[in-house]
Amino acid sequence: MTDWKDKVENMVYTGRIKVPYLWNVGKTGSRFLVAIRDKKEIWGTRCPGCKRVYVPPVKSCGECFVPTEEWVKVSDKGVLESFTVVHYSHEMQPRKAPLAYGLIKLDGADGAILHLIDDTDFAKLKTGMKVKAVFAEQREGTIADIKHFTPA
Amino acid sequence: MSKIAIVGVGQTACTRSKIDTFEEMVFEAASRALADAGAEVGDIDNVVTVSNDFWDGRTISSMAVQEAAGSWGKDVSTVEGDGTFGALYGMMRILSGSFDTTLVVSHMKGSESIMNLITNAMFDPIYQRGLGIDATSAAALQARSYMTMSGATEEDFARVSVKNHGNAKSNPYAQLPMKITVGDVMASRKIAEPLKLLDCSPIGDGAAAMVLSNKKGLKRFKKDPVWIKGVAHCSDAFTLGYRDLAKSRALKEAAKKAYKMAGIKNPLKDLDVAEVYDAYSYMELMWYEGLGFAPEGKGYELIRENATGMKGELPVNPSGGVISSHPVFVAGMLRLIEATLQVRGEAGKRQVKGAKTALAHGINGPCGQAHCVYVVGA
Repeated sequence: MTDWKDKVENMVYTGRIKVPYLWNVGKTGSRFLVAIRDKKEIWGTRCPGCKRVYVPPVKSCGECFVPTEEWVKVSDKGVLESFTVVHYSHEMQPRKAPLAYGLIKLDGADGAILHLIDDTDFAKLKTGMKVKAVFAEQREGTIADIKHFTPA
Repeated sequence: MSKIAIVGVGQTACTRSKIDTFEEMVFEAASRALADAGAEVGDIDNVVTVSNDFWDGRTISSMAVQEAAGSWGKDVSTVEGDGTFGALYGMMRILSGSFDTTLVVSHMKGSESIMNLITNAMFDPIYQRGLGIDATSAAALQARSYMTMSGATEEDFARVSVKNHGNAKSNPYAQLPMKITVGDVMASRKIAEPLKLLDCSPIGDGAAAMVLSNKKGLKRFKKDPVWIKGVAHCSDAFTLGYRDLAKSRALKEAAKKAYKMAGIKNPLKDLDVAEVYDAYSYMELMWYEGLGFAPEGKGYELIRENATGMKGELPVNPSGGVISSHPVFVAGMLRLIEATLQVRGEAGKRQVKGAKTALAHGINGPCGQAHCVYVVGA
């Protein structure tokens, strides 16, 4: 017995969703981004409870659930804690593949900051290596004001 | 806690690019779960749907699948997250005292959007999203962190892929049943180092459903109950970099609570089978540690010794796991369904002989930010 479903041409509808958003960065995040834009300085906030220095800064500590109001300047150099070299390209990525991401523990910070790694031979990347921030020449107050990190 | 039972389970096959709509898939899974329970839709007091607006490409996606879940005229609410969390909420609805039975449904059509764009949108828009990070590149960072902490190798990850794709050959619902070797995994295309193609779960479509009941509601169903003996969930930091990616504190905490509730003292011995959320091969080794199957940093020993193979001390992912079928959000519910089938002795060719106590595990958020752990038994 033939099933009518075997004979139906399947239709596919292509959507065109485009939904613009804007996000307020908040005072804490804005201070962080302005310091990078205007002074090429990286700042974090220290938790009064666990003493952890968060970079990017947070207004409150997720661990201790208290406000974190002490500002601490950290280094623009640090240690590459993890990295990946990505071999595919999609439109959300700022660069074409291969591109590399790293988790960088900046000197003076706890935890790590996520960023791109570039201007280097990706085959030579190693966890534990020293890296430094490369700042963009034109800085606009976004995380892209740090262009990427590169071996120090 | 009063006891909650799983009395019906249903799933569609997982495939790439299903022609069926969300509603059609949900109806299929929900109908199968009701049939499995020997029930009619009228036996259901309330419905929980699991959905996500970004994946579905529509706002208030929860409303669109309701009629396929038999919810006209019923109390219905939604969980945005993995199916294990949906099932937990379904339990809570019963435990609130308002209902005796819950139908929980989940669906995913990963093939209709671009996974990388969708999962990029899971990250913080100010500090991380613009860098282009997504689920796979974040997982690659976690894989490397875990290798550094534990000494596990890429070959160890490959062994997980070989085991689970092989197990999937006995699961008629699995998307990627494959007989492969460690060499095949190692030689597969680089995706995000150290992850290669065969370390990554496929994009897929599927739906799943389950019927939950308290003791009072049981008389409506024909199926013997599988009891939820322990369940717990726990979450950790959202932001990549604020959390130790190599160690899953949230899973340890969730497992500890679920084991305490279920009276599990030595999980490796007390459990007969486990289904864990191996979205990427390396995750399974990390979850062994979080679930207490192995000491921290020693998860690779279990895979090297084949202790988690079908004939090992504790078979893990006899279904083929998430690496063989990954309808996002459905995948955790599939773990719970497989655990149920195993305890019932209905798992067909992949049945772990004499399985009485099974573990199911789901994750939510980047790199396993949150974990949900179940222990079920007859």
